[in-house]
Amino acid sequence: MLQEPKDKHSPNTHLSQAIIRFAGDSGDGIQATGAMFSHNSAALGHDISTLPDYPAEIRAPAGTIAGVSSFQLNFSSRRIHTPGDRPDVLVAMNPAAVKAHISSLRPGGTLIVNDDGFDEQALKLAGYDKDPREDGTLDSYHVHRAPVSTMTVESVKALQLAPQQAALCKNMYTLGLVCWLFDRDTDFIEALVEQRFAQESEVLREANCMALRAGYNFAETTEMFSSQCRVETAEQSPGLYRRLSGNTATALGLVAAAQLAQRQLMYCTYPITPASDILHELAKLRHMGVIAGQTEDEIAAMGAAVGAAYGGSLAVTGTSGPGVALKSEAIGLAVMTELPVVIINVQRGGPSTGLPTKTEQSDLLQAMYGRNGECPVVVLAPDSPADCFTMAMEACRLAMKYMTPVFLLSDGYIANGSEPWQVPRVDQLPQFRTNEPVCSETQSQFLPYSRNPETLARPWVVPGTPGTEHRIGGLEKQDGTGHVSQDPLNHEQMVQLREQKIAGIAEDIPELDVFGSSAGRLLVLGWGGTGGAIRAAVEEAQAKGLDVACAQLRYLNPFPKNLAAVLDAFDQVLIPELNRGQLRQLVRAQYLVDAQGLNKVQGQPFHTSEILEKIENLCQQPSEAVA
Amino acid sequence: MNQTEPLNIPTYQKEDFASDQTPRWCPGCGDYSILAQLQRVMPAIAEQTQTPRENMVFISGIGCSSRFPYYMNTYGFHSIHGRAPTLALGLQVSRPELMTWVVTGDGDALSIGGNHLMHCLRRNLNVKILLFNNRIYGLTKGQYSPTSELGKRTKSSPLGSVARPLNPLSIALASQATFVARAVDRDPKLLQDVITQAALHKGSAIVEIYQNCNIFNDGAFAHVSERKSRDDNTLKLQHGEPLVFGRQRDKAVVLNEQLQPRVVATSEISESDLLIHDTSRDNSGLTYALSQLQYPEFPVPVGIFRALKAPTYEERVHQQVNEAKRQKPATALQQLLDSGETWRVAE
Ligand code: SF4
Repeated sequence: MLQEPKDKHSPNTHLSQAIIRFAGDSGDGIQATGAMFSHNSAALGHDISTLPDYPAEIRAPAGTIAGVSSFQLNFSSRRIHTPGDRPDVLVAMNPAAVKAHISSLRPGGTLIVNDDGFDEQALKLAGYDKDPREDGTLDSYHVHRAPVSTMTVESVKALQLAPQQAALCKNMYTLGLVCWLFDRDTDFIEALVEQRFAQESEVLREANCMALRAGYNFAETTEMFSSQCRVETAEQSPGLYRRLSGNTATALGLVAAAQLAQRQLMYCTYPITPASDILHELAKLRHMGVIAGQTEDEIAAMGAAVGAAYGGSLAVTGTSGPGVALKSEAIGLAVMTELPVVIINVQRGGPSTGLPTKTEQSDLLQAMYGRNGECPVVVLAPDSPADCFTMAMEACRLAMKYMTPVFLLSDGYIANGSEPWQVPRVDQLPQFRTNEPVCSETQSQFLPYSRNPETLARPWVVPGTPGTEHRIGGLEKQDGTGHVSQDPLNHEQMVQLREQKIAGIAEDIPELDVFGSSAGRLLVLGWGGTGGAIRAAVEEAQAKGLDVACAQLRYLNPFPKNLAAVLDAFDQVLIPELNRGQLRQLVRAQYLVDAQGLNKVQGQPFHTSEILEKIENLCQQPSEAVA
Repeated sequence: MNQTEPLNIPTYQKEDFASDQTPRWCPGCGDYSILAQLQRVMPAIAEQTQTPRENMVFISGIGCSSRFPYYMNTYGFHSIHGRAPTLALGLQVSRPELMTWVVTGDGDALSIGGNHLMHCLRRNLNVKILLFNNRIYGLTKGQYSPTSELGKRTKSSPLGSVARPLNPLSIALASQATFVARAVDRDPKLLQDVITQAALHKGSAIVEIYQNCNIFNDGAFAHVSERKSRDDNTLKLQHGEPLVFGRQRDKAVVLNEQLQPRVVATSEISESDLLIHDTSRDNSGLTYALSQLQYPEFPVPVGIFRALKAPTYEERVHQQVNEAKRQKPATALQQLLDSGETWRVAE
């Protein structure tokens, strides 16, 4: 942890890990600042994990708490799994940022404030009667004040920019301060600025670099901080790495899958937070033959995806919970017509419009059951930003092999969060098999609902194929022929076939991995985006000598086939979820295990400490109470 | 379709387009006639558009009319209520060489699916939309529909419906549809002609077909389908021909000084005062005014209202893809994965 020594001029402090949070007005360039510092950290060889957090309003009133945007980075010499609970360093550009974030700063941590942001009006907007810098509010922190705005304008004076434009560089000035604090030069960030403004403006490039260097020099010459700290670099296997967010990873996974399956990628969608970035990523890839289009509404997006799948494309739609609600009927149609469609739900706080920019895991039961009739689909959930690549590919693979809709449950936290990803070699990616018809020539009559005996999938025969003209639709089908059928026993058989087809996929997915010993006192079972926090908590608990292991489900329907055995091997099961206990319901119902819950619905991810505390509680209970 | 490579289109017969399923509409339903006329013109359509049968797809929503695809021996998709245009969108963009038809009804297209219809038309997606308008909900057994007349008494409106009806073709014109036409189930020649023209049209074509539901709304269109009255009550639209109608062709639709349409005897006006029908008028108030003409004050216009040449949606999408491919060097998947915020960890 970052500790500032009391005496000045002390030598550099060496740390294994540091957490920094930038906070300011939405217009202060906080997200860009955080992104550049993260990229710099990753390039220096740290493991990183990031958490951006921004207001739902595009331009919330400046200076208000509602308008505060923040970006947290955890960088470390060890493998880390989360952006960290509490920052060691908080950079606050105005009083509202202090107000919104000071309580999460670790006691004894470092607070850097922009003194110029603290005029009377700004204090009032933040709801401060007295100046928190003067009234003792900040006494338990190391506070470093710098007139950032003034100094920034001063530093770029030579360029004769308009005052407003000059002031826009203040995020770079702060970044300069922080670079010095963490004992790194500004070269890398200057190169990023160069790239950023290469096409745009020579003058802005110069201004940003000047402000950056000025900040660095200010920290050095004024001895603003008592010492520098240096975070050690992490051991990483050699290769090319890329910092990417979950949404970008998802987009790349889809493109890769389309290429491996040699199918046209059709992404049919409607804009919705926090999923739209997948569309933005894919829309850039027209030159790779990707078709990403926006329809008139969520229903149309799903309908178009079904139509595209019917035409033989790799059809994908992306949305969030409210969009899934609208798509449900058409998802049922894809189940009935057994067409491969991938539905991405980047979950956010609900119900209804809920918390659009905040994370939650409360759409699991919606994905499982949110349709009329017995309507099983495959449900997958990536457990980290980079895992979105793998699981997006997996969703496509299963959809096309088994001719079924597949849900991919991402969430706002991993979709916007980022981490390093070791870029895979394309020739090492898994090969794809789609469900082409086994044969049609030898059959006198083509049977659109005949089944592959191994997968139970029906053939993917697309319009344009001569001799196999047939009709499908939402009405119940006769087994084999696909003719409309009201026959009671046929209906029951078809319901069971659709169920068995999904259940059988358990044979085609990896078994659940347990981290820690494979049997013992406590298993922490999670799913999807909570993977990092759970893993970090369990690592800490194990280091304290507690008998605890964890496993993260990335396959929710069907479950991995060893789940029963895994559950069985532990005295107790704890299921932390960012909802009111949806996985717990499924596990209890299916395995009759009395799993305990740790549930949080605040629109925020788990802190490692919250899970650790629960683990400690459970491990302290006398074992007898468990049975 | 690649025009430089002529496909070897077989010569089809009407029977080639009939599936092995027996239609299950009520005896006497107007749908039978529409199915028969469509099957009759399909061989010619296949030949003229060089479209083999396997490239034809019929997509429908829900309602009596939406059973249609089951009876066509082409590819077919009986989807969900109101959403057929959305499936057509995904299919046509993914496979522009197909000839996609949407079969829908007044409830399906104008009530639950109104949004999709409007957007399908304004995009100019290359689909042929056959809208069977019977002014009633048939499959759910007789409730008023969005085209039912004000005051219509049905099971769900025992005291009469209190909403004004929608006019499908006015909506189509306002949505910038490039082909807009009307036909009547009991006028086979007109039906065949209009359907063929719709099929030959490149872009969104919508054909409103007056269809008699003899069970729940019998005779809704008697004024235009009864042999003895139909010539006096319909205005057959012909490109380049005057807006003249009547058994003796002695009546005309003209505009008065306030640009309001009215009916006059041809004997009362000079030939130069006659309005000439022009299907190539874009954004025309006159075409819209024609779509608003209602019986009994006016004759019901039938035939083609508008037929415009315009690029289709899928053409534009694929043009962008091809243009982007031309401008940017082909990016291999590996290159794409390797781009972005990257760094290398050395051995
Ligand atoms: S209810 Fe009316 S529209 Fe439906 S099949 Fe019977 S006659 Fe035709």
